[in-house]
Amino acid sequence: MQDEALSASPTGFDDSATGGWSWRAWLGSQELWITVAVLVIGVVVSRLTPHFATFSNLGNVLQNLCFIGIVALGITPVIITGGIDISVGSITGLCAVTLGVLLEANWSFWSGALVTLAVGLAAGCFNGFLIAYVRLSPFVVTLGTLSAYRSLAIVVTANQAVYSFGHAEPLTLAIGGGHTFGIANVFYALAVCAVALHFLLKMTRWGRYIYAVGGSEHATRLTGIPVRRIKLSAYAFAGLLTAIAAIFLVGWLGSVTNGIGQGDELRVIAAAVIGGASLAGGYGSAFGAVIGSALIEEIRNSLLLAGVDPFWQGLFVGLFILLAVFLQRLQTMREED
Amino acid sequence: MSLIRLQGVGKHFGAVRALEDVALEIEDGEVVGLMGDNGAGKSTLVKILAGNYRPSAGTYLVNEKAVSFDSPADARRMGIEVVYQDLALCNNLTAAANVFLGRELMKRVGPFQVLDHEQMNRRAAALFRELQSETRSRDVVTRMSGGQRQAVAIARTRLAEAKLVLMDEPTAAISVRQVAQVLALIRRLREAGHAVMLISHRMPDIFAVCDRVIVMRRGRKVADKATATTSPEEVTALITGALMAA
Repeated sequence: MQDEALSASPTGFDDSATGGWSWRAWLGSQELWITVAVLVIGVVVSRLTPHFATFSNLGNVLQNLCFIGIVALGITPVIITGGIDISVGSITGLCAVTLGVLLEANWSFWSGALVTLAVGLAAGCFNGFLIAYVRLSPFVVTLGTLSAYRSLAIVVTANQAVYSFGHAEPLTLAIGGGHTFGIANVFYALAVCAVALHFLLKMTRWGRYIYAVGGSEHATRLTGIPVRRIKLSAYAFAGLLTAIAAIFLVGWLGSVTNGIGQGDELRVIAAAVIGGASLAGGYGSAFGAVIGSALIEEIRNSLLLAGVDPFWQGLFVGLFILLAVFLQRLQTMREED
Repeated sequence: MSLIRLQGVGKHFGAVRALEDVALEIEDGEVVGLMGDNGAGKSTLVKILAGNYRPSAGTYLVNEKAVSFDSPADARRMGIEVVYQDLALCNNLTAAANVFLGRELMKRVGPFQVLDHEQMNRRAAALFRELQSETRSRDVVTRMSGGQRQAVAIARTRLAEAKLVLMDEPTAAISVRQVAQVLALIRRLREAGHAVMLISHRMPDIFAVCDRVIVMRRGRKVADKATATTSPEEVTALITGALMAA
């Protein structure tokens, strides 16, 4: 038997797309437990080393998690539909070199950023088109474009790094690497993206259909919902948010090499999965993507501060992925009872 | 005036004659059973009614007007809904979300059109109450029993104000107690004025709820009788071919 839902707040934790809010759903949510883990690790590490809980270190952690976090938000709808996008690292690279090359050619920051967003969107749409309309497997399509987009990035830069951003350089560096009211600018971008995605998922038809497609594509199609368009839009959204992250990344790094974003896809997927997104589709949330990114960055940072050989990082992130999948398994076992 | 009328309907797939010269009528608020062995043409007939197939021959009339459906969506617009055997529900969504899937109620908040969760939960709850089902609007389908899932699928058709509900083997894969619930749901649909066509292999179900039973064999209609004037033995004989027609 289940507890009666207690109230009907349209926001907050829940385990479906409907905005029903209940204590049971909240206690059972992976987001909650990962949040607890983030806090516990934070307390433990701040006891072990005085360098962790300092304003500047936490500021760094916050800034670092944003780049992964924005992309993790981007692929969350894709994962909810039951798809996957492993090309986001290469889209990051392609977007970053696009912006770098345009700025080097003395474009203004804003027009460069606009073209970069268009490139990200186009890259996502191409993935989405092949997956939704040509009906190829998401893994294989994005494996192909992972290679193709990276190659394009190398072609665009003729394998050279970009170190100067023309007259837009001060603005680019200020936006990507600067702070406002003491908090990194990229964090505001993350916050806006997270709130926007939360709103889209929980309060709009689009979000409802994203969950529905992940729950049962067949059932969704039978109700007359345009499933292909919904799927394409999920990949387009991933491309767009990846482009946003890339714009900030370029300003933060201050230079562009065509290796930017390499390997990010795995950290991003890990963040989303740790935050409760199910690779089988149907589940995931904006808050989960952010908290998952926070956990990964916290582990990286703590191990660094604790003087642990950085080669151990992968092991810890891997353990949390396994833990996340295990939590999801427990949940489904309980539901199958 | 009949709600549904088929005249001389046939369906051929190449040389295979799946359905031949079928005529039938369904009135408003009537519960009609459709029986027949595997390959007798039941599912072809249902697919024609539901808009999946176009008949190769004959006419299909809804409210005495000839129709030609290109897809189930066209049929749905004319008030013909299907409750699929697998129920076609999204297990990760709540009951209310499934009932309103594709027909969400929206409200305006500032510049945005947003989902009206509260209204949908309330209206779904009213539908479940009306169906006398214990299904709750906010429960997620994964955690529901077979009977509760049936109620969700049936509430969808109630919401659509369907004229004819085609139910494909609704009792094939659920427990005895839940079968009783589903049969009760079918009676409620009739009370609410919906016509129901029940496709089933289970003789007791047909005789429990149907006003009339249609029997198919080898693509032809071999019987169309009020359940009061026939018996399970006669229907069995018709299905197997021991009795040629009645």
